[in-house]
Amino acid sequence: MAEIHLKSLAHSYSDTPTGPDDYAIRHLDHVWEKGGAYALLGPSGCGKSTMLNIISGLLQPSEGDVLFDGKRVNELSPRDRNIAQVFQFPVIYDSMTVFQNLAFPLKNTGVPSSQIKAKVHEIAEILEIEGELHKKAKNLSADQKQKVSMGRGLVRGDVSAILFDEPLTVIDPQLKWKLRRKLKQIHEQFDITMVYVTHDQLEASTFADKIAVMYGGQIVQFGTPTELFEQPNHTFVGYFIGSPGMNLIEVQRCPRGVCFGSTVVPMSAHQVEVLQRVQSNNIRIGIRPEFIQASDVPADDTFEAEVLDLEDLGTYKIMTVKLDCETLKVRLTEDQQFEIGRQVQLSFPEKWLKLYVDEFLVEEKNQ
Amino acid sequence: MNKVPNNRAWWLVLPVFILVAFSALIPLMTVVNYSVQDIFGPGNAYYVGTEWFKEVLNDERLQDSLLRQFAFSGAVLAIQIPLGISVALMMPKSGIKASLCLILLAIPLLIPWNVVGTIWQIFGRGDIGLFGWGLNALGLDYNYTGNTVDAWLTVLLMDVWHWTPLVALLCYSGLRAIPEAFYQAAEIDRASRWAVFRYIQLPRLKSVLVIAVLLRFMDSFMIYTEPFVLTGGGPGSSTTFLSQTLTTMAIGQFDIGRAAAFSLIYFLIVLLVSWLFFTAITHLDKEK
Repeated sequence: MAEIHLKSLAHSYSDTPTGPDDYAIRHLDHVWEKGGAYALLGPSGCGKSTMLNIISGLLQPSEGDVLFDGKRVNELSPRDRNIAQVFQFPVIYDSMTVFQNLAFPLKNTGVPSSQIKAKVHEIAEILEIEGELHKKAKNLSADQKQKVSMGRGLVRGDVSAILFDEPLTVIDPQLKWKLRRKLKQIHEQFDITMVYVTHDQLEASTFADKIAVMYGGQIVQFGTPTELFEQPNHTFVGYFIGSPGMNLIEVQRCPRGVCFGSTVVPMSAHQVEVLQRVQSNNIRIGIRPEFIQASDVPADDTFEAEVLDLEDLGTYKIMTVKLDCETLKVRLTEDQQFEIGRQVQLSFPEKWLKLYVDEFLVEEKNQ
Repeated sequence: MNKVPNNRAWWLVLPVFILVAFSALIPLMTVVNYSVQDIFGPGNAYYVGTEWFKEVLNDERLQDSLLRQFAFSGAVLAIQIPLGISVALMMPKSGIKASLCLILLAIPLLIPWNVVGTIWQIFGRGDIGLFGWGLNALGLDYNYTGNTVDAWLTVLLMDVWHWTPLVALLCYSGLRAIPEAFYQAAEIDRASRWAVFRYIQLPRLKSVLVIAVLLRFMDSFMIYTEPFVLTGGGPGSSTTFLSQTLTTMAIGQFDIGRAAAFSLIYFLIVLLVSWLFFTAITHLDKEK
């Protein structure tokens, strides 16, 4: 186990990067603490796998340092970093049996065979592939292969960390959930640092204590699932986390607040002050569909909008409304009734209305 | 989909059947025809049954030749397969260097057999050949026309030079087909270079190795032109392989009945050994 510190890391796959677009990872600083279960969440192509390969040593970063427990390991090979990694698509050694596959990482470092046997059986039991141990690995189904692939990462009890690169992509949803629980159990049992890459927010929040959201080669927020939901640090986090994502509206500066179209949204004194200070014109406000309050009764702080669409999703409804020139999503409970084409009154509770300048959150003053 | 049985569809196989008949069956049947008759002239042939076969199998000259042939093919496989794999492993993976290596490797394969024989015939000469002259200059007593061991070594060296590139090219293509993920996984699993070869590369080379072994076995078992040009089968009959013995019998001595019987046996041996190789290798991992 180790604390993994990524220090001003940058990576480009091009030998002669000419601009920021050539970088898969841009100037990233991050610490994965010892023994944590983390998820690395982001859309495809945001640099997640690149980062994982840099941590494991399969890839040399163009710039910056990788530190394990404070020791620089940039030049060490994966074998010397003692790190396990599970890939998106199952990699199994097809000339070997399942047992031999699981034993392979241990055999390579000369672990005595009695110990190998015990450890392999232990992991096979956890992954429920005990019955397959003596089958040829190449005859297994895709999800069993992935279990074997994962098992090879898990048999090594002494690893610095286990990295999972979207390991459940090929596995069907039922089993996915079960395997995720298993991983979590293994984490609790052995207390190994685990980093789990995924583009599925549900997967991330069920597995991890803390999630790092990656966007455009940077970690834009690192926090618990609740923090990511309630306090998105970046417009991308707002948009990516939650279903549907945060409503984001481009706005202009106005006295006492911001405006779009003919709508004026008042902001707090601190926010107004910040807005006057910054130069940028890239200003947006965001509010999650869950936090918009809808009613039939107009009040001082309500805005009138038109209902465009209603989707009933069983336990809740998603209402699409048009407020001025912007379309917003509002999440309703089952018993709230509105009609398409009618007017509805919306209010944005101050606590949940976020202000973003240059895509980053303008923090409220500490209450 | 509804399948309608219609036996007239068999007619569709006819073109293939005719093709196979003309390319294989009919020529083969003429050989069979000769092998069971003693022919003195047109209209003067006598049916002799299996007499030619018995005679051929008991012919010491042919038995010796067969033994030499197996020794030669065995040596060829024992040298060329491991050497070909090693060359393929050492070749660069991509870029201009890889292309250069491929071209260099392909050159021996493009040279006609009799030219290869001629090249080595001159190359190995002690007076004007670089190889022979060089060895003699180093103080080694090398003379492939007079010394059996030297003759054998030269024939083997020539074949290795001529055909190892084929094995190397086949293996190289097999190696390139292994996804990078396997090497990454092996690196993560802390596999040694040997373990990577033994458990990742070798198993994935199996199918190309089957082809390489079969091709090299069949080709080397039927070798004719190169040793014929290089040593003429000598000294004595030490490098006279099966094809040459057969040719001498069929064309030199015009002993058609025996030659035909021997051709069939020759053909069956090639077929049998190839089948054995193929079955053995493909069944290796069928248990379980």
